[in-house]
Amino acid sequence: MRFPGVTALNDLTVDIEPGIVGLVGANGAGKSTLIKILLGLQPASAGQAWVLDLDVARQGELIRERVGYMPEYDCLPPDVSATEFVVHMARMSGLPPTAARERAADTLRHVGLHEERYRPIGGYSTGMRQKVKLAQALVHDPQLVFLDEPTNGLDPAGRDEMLELIRRIGTEFGISVLVTSHLLGELERTCDHVVIIDGGRLLRSQPVEAFTTDSGTLVVEVEEGRDELGRALARAGLTVRPEGRTLLVEVTGEHTFDLIRDTVVELDLLLIRMEQRRHHLEEVFATPAPPVPPGAAVSPRGHAG
Amino acid sequence: MTTGTIHDIGYRHYQGRRLGRSYLLRSLYVHNLRSAWGLGRPARAKVMPALLAAIVLLPAVGSVAAVALAGEADALIRYSAYPTYLQPVISIFVATQAPVLASRELRFRVIPLYFSRPVLSLDFVLAKLAAMTTALVLLMATPITVLYVGGLVNKVPDAGAHLRDFSLALVGVLLFAVVLASIGLVVAAFTPRRGFGVAAVIAVFMLSWVFVQIVQGIATARTQFDLAGWLGLLTPFTLVDAVQVRLLGAERAGGAVPPGALGGLVALLVCAGVVALSIAMLHRRFRRGADL
Repeated sequence: MRFPGVTALNDLTVDIEPGIVGLVGANGAGKSTLIKILLGLQPASAGQAWVLDLDVARQGELIRERVGYMPEYDCLPPDVSATEFVVHMARMSGLPPTAARERAADTLRHVGLHEERYRPIGGYSTGMRQKVKLAQALVHDPQLVFLDEPTNGLDPAGRDEMLELIRRIGTEFGISVLVTSHLLGELERTCDHVVIIDGGRLLRSQPVEAFTTDSGTLVVEVEEGRDELGRALARAGLTVRPEGRTLLVEVTGEHTFDLIRDTVVELDLLLIRMEQRRHHLEEVFATPAPPVPPGAAVSPRGHAG
Repeated sequence: MTTGTIHDIGYRHYQGRRLGRSYLLRSLYVHNLRSAWGLGRPARAKVMPALLAAIVLLPAVGSVAAVALAGEADALIRYSAYPTYLQPVISIFVATQAPVLASRELRFRVIPLYFSRPVLSLDFVLAKLAAMTTALVLLMATPITVLYVGGLVNKVPDAGAHLRDFSLALVGVLLFAVVLASIGLVVAAFTPRRGFGVAAVIAVFMLSWVFVQIVQGIATARTQFDLAGWLGLLTPFTLVDAVQVRLLGAERAGGAVPPGALGGLVALLVCAGVVALSIAMLHRRFRRGADL
């Protein structure tokens, strides 16, 4: 199975392998449009696209049998129960009545909706609604799901739960996932591969490790002697900047981690934490696509030196 | 999370059959027919259709009772006139239930979930129209059947004529249903707010009726009888009644109808045009609804 090789939007050409793929872009970057084109809901004005080796323009119906779609906006009627709704949607994918009921019950359980699934959807919280939307996208056991901003409007706990669920869909369920977000940070925890688009153009398409190892910012917090450590690291050639009680250190490669560890030991400081800081999309936008060459000075806001 | 343990049940892939277009169409039809009567939704959604169905049934029951008690065969309401006599109630039924089928899923933006599945947009529209038509056939054919059976039980004379009138009235009911459903669904689909939808459908039926009554009155007063008849095509109930009168041999139930078999044929063509046009408009409306 190979899933989409895409030519769409504004000269966007990208080839995506099976797995969990994140599609990142600011609002209005063209994420939802791309999904709609891939589903055949909107015709592309020019170019071609294939989903699961099927041509979007000519084989839309076959694609729609094999994929699931979770829109970013609310798409649930308030006056029916989740069970009733998901059963109906299963039937709309061609599942016979009995199978539709069984799959709906299973899927709702998998996404974590239990007794409340018999109540009308109108009374659900945002988190529960997102789960129903996810369940209807999965109920017919697709080979690929398009999840458009699944974490939208969720609180941190709900967000983590949703991301964990997406991870399980890709690994345990064996269903390929294309998930969009405007937050790179949450996708790099979940995805194998990240595609970044902006204004309909491809900015980057690379495995997620490339984001986390070759570049990025580390948050380093020590008990005392923050400035001392900062000076030492700067002398060693790293780009360092204080922020609150912590130091932000630009990662230039594997050795950055060792250097920080060794410096902390040398200065005899108490290291509280050292963690990857969430990327902000602007940093990626401003950074050229290939990894920053080692030693190149990159200022905190990411203007390439 | 309280759900942790249950999550451990593994995911199973679906190996079973996936049914094709006719199954989808049938499922959609049944789903919409159920919605039209409020089934599968909370109890309050069932109140209105049930109440209106009861009101529509009432005159038929009364009529049969009158025949049984007074022995007056003439007390039986004419089958073909029944929909026109109950026009206000039937209009309200269309007004309250057409938005359920036509605008509910647009309003809650459910349409993309259908069109991201192997559901064809034309099938989607046809299923809704067929379901609304069936709901209206049930609404109108039930009292007419009660009349007919009541007549049989009370042994009204001329059973053969009654059977013929009853059968032709059922054909008429079918035509009433499909025309009313078409108009109702289109009006409701283009007024996404439910309250407006209800009002708009009632307005289209009632205002066109009142308007046509007035202009027909003026035309008749000026002895323009043919013109008065043709004006009848402008309101749904008289339009269908024209087909009944001119092609199915029924007696006039409401306003004047166009003259001769030609009038009937034109009325039938107008009916067909109304249905075709609303299918096209609904199709466009729902395709656009998928593109949010």
